[in-house]
Amino acid sequence: MTKSYEEIPLTPISDTPSTINLTGYWRVMRPVVDKSKCKKCTICWKFCPDAVIKLVDGEPVIDLQYCKGCGVCSFECPAKCIIMMKEGDL
Amino acid sequence: MREVMTGNYASAYGAKLARAEVIAAYPITPQTSIVEKLADFVATGELKAQFIPVESEHSAMAACIAAQTAGARTYTATSSHGLALMHEVLTWASGARLPIVMTNVSRAMAPPWSVWVDHMDSIAQRDTGWLQFYCQSNQEVLDTIIMAYKVCESSGVMLPAMVVMDAFILSHTSEPVDIPDQALVDSFLPPYSPDLKIEVGKPMGFGSLVKPDQYMEFRYKAMLGMKASRDRFLRVEQEFKNIFGREHGGLLERYQCDDADVVLVAAGSVAATAKDVVDSMRAKGHRVGLARIRSFRPFPHDEVRALAGKVEGIAVLDRSYTFGAAGAMFTETKASAYSVQKRPVMKNYIAGLGGRDITPRILEKIFEDIQVVSKRGAEDEVEWVDVAGLPRRWR
Repeated sequence: MTKSYEEIPLTPISDTPSTINLTGYWRVMRPVVDKSKCKKCTICWKFCPDAVIKLVDGEPVIDLQYCKGCGVCSFECPAKCIIMMKEGDL
Repeated sequence: MREVMTGNYASAYGAKLARAEVIAAYPITPQTSIVEKLADFVATGELKAQFIPVESEHSAMAACIAAQTAGARTYTATSSHGLALMHEVLTWASGARLPIVMTNVSRAMAPPWSVWVDHMDSIAQRDTGWLQFYCQSNQEVLDTIIMAYKVCESSGVMLPAMVVMDAFILSHTSEPVDIPDQALVDSFLPPYSPDLKIEVGKPMGFGSLVKPDQYMEFRYKAMLGMKASRDRFLRVEQEFKNIFGREHGGLLERYQCDDADVVLVAAGSVAATAKDVVDSMRAKGHRVGLARIRSFRPFPHDEVRALAGKVEGIAVLDRSYTFGAAGAMFTETKASAYSVQKRPVMKNYIAGLGGRDITPRILEKIFEDIQVVSKRGAEDEVEWVDVAGLPRRWR
């Protein structure tokens, strides 16, 4: 609903951060971690461009609310323990 | 206190007296000594400010935008290609309604490479939503910076301003300049306290995305701010005059225009030369006048319209050229004059590009030309002045 110019501030201001946008819905490919192969090297955590990987006991836990499925973690993992799978195939 | 100083030092003193709290700038000829002087003020503790040395003009403006969003009064200075590099963030400063004040030492755009005066740099930024004031003297540079903060920071305006001075003719030429008393400046210009600013405990996003259903209303508000700046400027200058005892002529300074048959419209330092030419021509019986565009944004529409209704001819001197059209001062002056009942004949003179000297003799010849043209109409509306190879002799 368009607001009158008299009702809006001088410049658009948001008091909520952009994390309200759950960008995980953009994802086509999903990273799936095989924890049995994980060497806890933390390379995936360092490389994730969206910082959505958390380390729990040294192993990656990926926040799928924001992960866009770019596959950088899977590409960089030396142990090949992160596999990209098509969303619909899961 | 009167001191002899360059326009660049006058500019630095203006920012210091206005108590700029954050200064972010990148040096470029011929602006460098503004930044040097301000760095000096900060280093010696004469000015309590954060001085941020940045790696480009784009970053200088970005730093000012961030600091101003956090509620600081900011200042920067640039010139020519530096201003061009800032272009993208200039629109951010105005759209985010941040009353940043910047000095632009007007210098030609390359190539041909040139460090001398030409208004193309600032004219090319006219649609970015910045106020633009063109100065004629070093005193006016200092005074205009202080006034610009007061105009821009008023709640009805909240837009940034560019104070423009001519490369070398003002920037590096020394003139006597009165440095006003700090206490008086403080009484004229209170500290900057915006209604809305970023605070650590209350995170907010400024200038966020809006959809097509809301964009125009924000632009409309910026238009209202620019419109309000006209009256605000006149009131601020009156207040300045009451305190400091001098003024510089409003949005359109009129010199000997009341009974003039023809007038010259010009901006910047050339106007000072033109006043001398008006005096010498009047001594010979010619009724000529000068109208100096001091504020290009907001454009003095009402003042130009009133003037156009009284004279037979208007010569507009542009120290830049808008390729494919004419000089920008000309097209805008002509547009403002269009709605008067009895329109004067108007002609554009392109002169002084890249620092080419505009001599009193050239200005006299422009006056003589517009006197003739005003009687019979202009065959060619735009004439390039003093170009080697063209038949007309100007010197």
